[in-house]
Amino acid sequence: MLNSIVGLHGAGITVTNSYESIQTIPVTSATPSITFSSIPSTYKHLQIRGLVRSDRSGQTQDILGIRLNGDTTTTNYAAHWLQGDGSSAAGSSTIGGYAYAWNGYAPAANSTSGNYGVMVLDILDYSDTNKNKVTRMLGGNDQNGSGVAHLWSTLWAQTSAVNSVTILPVFGSNLAAGTTLALYGIKG
Amino acid sequence: MPTSTYEKITAYTVPSNTTTVTLSSIPSTYTDLRLVMVPASSSGTNGIRMRVNGDTGSNYSGTYLDGNGSNAASWRDTSATQFQLGYRLGINTTLTQIYTIDFQNYANSTTYKTALVRYNDASAAAGTAVLLWRKTPEAITSLSFNINSFGSSTGDFITGSTFTLYGIKAA
Repeated sequence: MLNSIVGLHGAGITVTNSYESIQTIPVTSATPSITFSSIPSTYKHLQIRGLVRSDRSGQTQDILGIRLNGDTTTTNYAAHWLQGDGSSAAGSSTIGGYAYAWNGYAPAANSTSGNYGVMVLDILDYSDTNKNKVTRMLGGNDQNGSGVAHLWSTLWAQTSAVNSVTILPVFGSNLAAGTTLALYGIKG
Repeated sequence: MPTSTYEKITAYTVPSNTTTVTLSSIPSTYTDLRLVMVPASSSGTNGIRMRVNGDTGSNYSGTYLDGNGSNAASWRDTSATQFQLGYRLGINTTLTQIYTIDFQNYANSTTYKTALVRYNDASAAAGTAVLLWRKTPEAITSLSFNINSFGSSTGDFITGSTFTLYGIKAA
């Protein structure tokens, strides 16, 4: 069990369950996006884990986007990432221009059936109203001859507590069936 | 009472030099698996390999990204008979490396299994990899590790190497 353990100068040690499952959203039929809403403010950090695939036609990969609190203001979002595509490592970024932040790659319609991208995404201090919100994500996909491994960071330039997180495909229309994302809260 | 979500399944410390470490009988009751590994080998320069469910078919592939202090680079492995854990990273003879391996939704029978790897060695490289196991979808029930150099098995895991497996359970 991942617990927080607090001991102070001989005081009693309290063990509490610190990593809790908040919600899981499986996609059983193609859907434009997944949204975790009404996220309680009682945790210190959030983590999203799961498998993702897009229905982008004619391609083996799509880009994913992340939107916080339903905010579609394009100037509020930025992203930087480091990726490896099997032959070279490269860095890139997007600054504004989209109603979400670019946030990782996922297999798309021309990828072999059964291939899904993976992600572990963290939003640290998500409810701290003194800070703009930054996410970090480790993820990628391999397709036995293609695919990308990447480290990703996004900025939402707002100090509001995060109460909803939306994941969507950038170029595709839908997240494909079989996509599943799980939201966890981590207590500080 | 909050539901226990992140649990240790097993923790194994190598008691004496051993060629292969296998974590078996992995229960299907979790959503994700996370393995934390601190290994070392009786011989350096070789790498760690991993097999799933004892599968020896050419069902393993991976995309790697790392930095070695001089540059960042990427590499790809295709249709291999086991996973390679790490790119520009051999295994040391001292316990100075840390690996984490995440398998998401490991127990389903509908998707190929994809893993996220982080590997870390302050004297060699820090990197990440995405691994794909393309055997006809089945739940992961065992993970086995050996030290291997381009197809030939060489070296043992030394005493004190540790393998800790956690289960993460979604709502």
